[in-house]
Amino acid sequence: MSNIDKATVAKIARLARIKIEEDKLEPLAGELNNILGWVEQLDEVNTDDIQPMSSVVDAKLRWRQDEVTDGDKQESVLKNAPNAEYGFFAVPKVIE
Amino acid sequence: MTDLTKLSIAEARDLLKKGDITSRELTEAHIASVDAADALNAYIAKTPELAMEMADRADEKIKAGDHKGMTGIPVGIKDLFATKGVHTQACSHILDGFKPEYESTVTQNLWDDGAVMLGKLNMDEFAMGSSNETSFYGPVKNPWRRGDTDTVPGGSSGGSVASVAGFAAMGATASDTGGSIRQPASFTGTFGFKPTYGRCSRYGMVAFASSLDQAGTITRDVRDGAIMMESISGFDAKDSTSVDMPVPNFEAALTGDIRGMKIGIPQEYHLAGMPGEIEALWHQGIEWMKAAGAEIVDINLPHTKYALPTYYIVAPAEASSNLARYDGVRYGLRETVEGGGLVDMYEATRAAGFGDEVKRRIMIGTYVLSAGYYDAYYLKAQKVRQLIANDFKMAFEKVDAILTPTAPSAAFAPGEKSDDPIAMYLNDVFTVPASLAGLPGSSVPVGLDANGLPLGLQILGKPWDEETVFKVSGVMEEAANFTAKPAEWWR
Repeated sequence: MSNIDKATVAKIARLARIKIEEDKLEPLAGELNNILGWVEQLDEVNTDDIQPMSSVVDAKLRWRQDEVTDGDKQESVLKNAPNAEYGFFAVPKVIE
Repeated sequence: MTDLTKLSIAEARDLLKKGDITSRELTEAHIASVDAADALNAYIAKTPELAMEMADRADEKIKAGDHKGMTGIPVGIKDLFATKGVHTQACSHILDGFKPEYESTVTQNLWDDGAVMLGKLNMDEFAMGSSNETSFYGPVKNPWRRGDTDTVPGGSSGGSVASVAGFAAMGATASDTGGSIRQPASFTGTFGFKPTYGRCSRYGMVAFASSLDQAGTITRDVRDGAIMMESISGFDAKDSTSVDMPVPNFEAALTGDIRGMKIGIPQEYHLAGMPGEIEALWHQGIEWMKAAGAEIVDINLPHTKYALPTYYIVAPAEASSNLARYDGVRYGLRETVEGGGLVDMYEATRAAGFGDEVKRRIMIGTYVLSAGYYDAYYLKAQKVRQLIANDFKMAFEKVDAILTPTAPSAAFAPGEKSDDPIAMYLNDVFTVPASLAGLPGSSVPVGLDANGLPLGLQILGKPWDEETVFKVSGVMEEAANFTAKPAEWWR
């Protein structure tokens, strides 16, 4: 089923926001095809009428009051930022 | 004077309580031992000053009569648990310089009980690996060697097991996504314990695959595991998947009595090509269980062979989503491109910050979740995962616990499997099924192979029945009488 070529690797890399050098695309395609070819043995399992697992334990998500329980931590939030200015995260220019 | 680093947690606890030793003495001895174990590369950040402060506080607590199982006990913390103000990077370059402003619940529970932090422990990058060779901080060495040849400690909790097996911590936190506690425990002759999914809070744990990740412990024996697990367990409102259940006294479960208990032996775990000595040790384990009065029951877990392929869809899919947060904006590494924009920064940061195995898994995950492939891969895998969980459910209608080998081999040499991702993934063939089903399990050291390397047996229990896993583990430990220690070549 899977046949990942160079162009597909480049597309996945773009989706994953990871820069991959041109000369690495081909080897990576080989590796991904190997792994995907191996996982495709799942196709032999009959899963008709089987519900996909949504939670591994029988637990209901809890409800809580819709109220603010945390906050006022601007300094803490920005403490590890590679670049913060005027109380905000700073990034390279987005608008031309 | 006895070497304080050779004490078990239980022994140290009793001596501390009686006032025969202080946490200060115990901690000083361990700080020296941590420094002497640099050759293992188990610690990637040491916190000796903090440790001494914590030790003094523990001694005050003990004097005041406020004494719990972990009070004054020096431990190591896997690098994926957030520790306030202290190195927390899941051993990835992309989290360079990250010092959290908050504390993980698991570690907070330990500190509330008076435990002492020696430092942060090496691991596979983002817990992706089975040999601790993917860490940005370099590989960990197994205290156990094959003659003069180094071996890997297993992974991803490689620093956790190496520090405990190398007497550079009395216990260590660890985490399991597909076997990252049990497999390295088997490789290093230590006791590894993974609780039921939901037993420990994931708050403050660097996320890999959220539906699988669960904290646990590495200790030198079963009783120590029970003491440390009890400390880190418990409900936490800050994790929506944490389950509100009382935490039993795990140590009290170590009665030594498994008479009449039914132990299941899954026929699908007899792997073709597995070393004969592992098969033999498993058989020996069965005999020990019988001799202790348990009834052995053959069981079937028919979807076992599909567990690994299922895992290698589910885990990378969740990882690709979880690791999307590392973009160079809020914390960690930032790489900019001359004249480039925001997307160039994302792409350059992630290219420089992630190692090869992490990139591979993000790529796989991105692919299986991408438009047109979601049903064929992710949905299919979650259905097979349900079948795997059903297998266990049916088996546990007939048995109280399941006994299997922990890993299909003993520790291997560095580089031996790192060129072939699938060969590396096969390390977790016996541990992944229980992770997919969220079950509690342990690895108990039971013997040595022909090369003198340790081997473990895995014990699995029903959801929330950690007590039975501890009970059976205790009986196994007693029967195996595994007393071998690694030659201390690293000192």
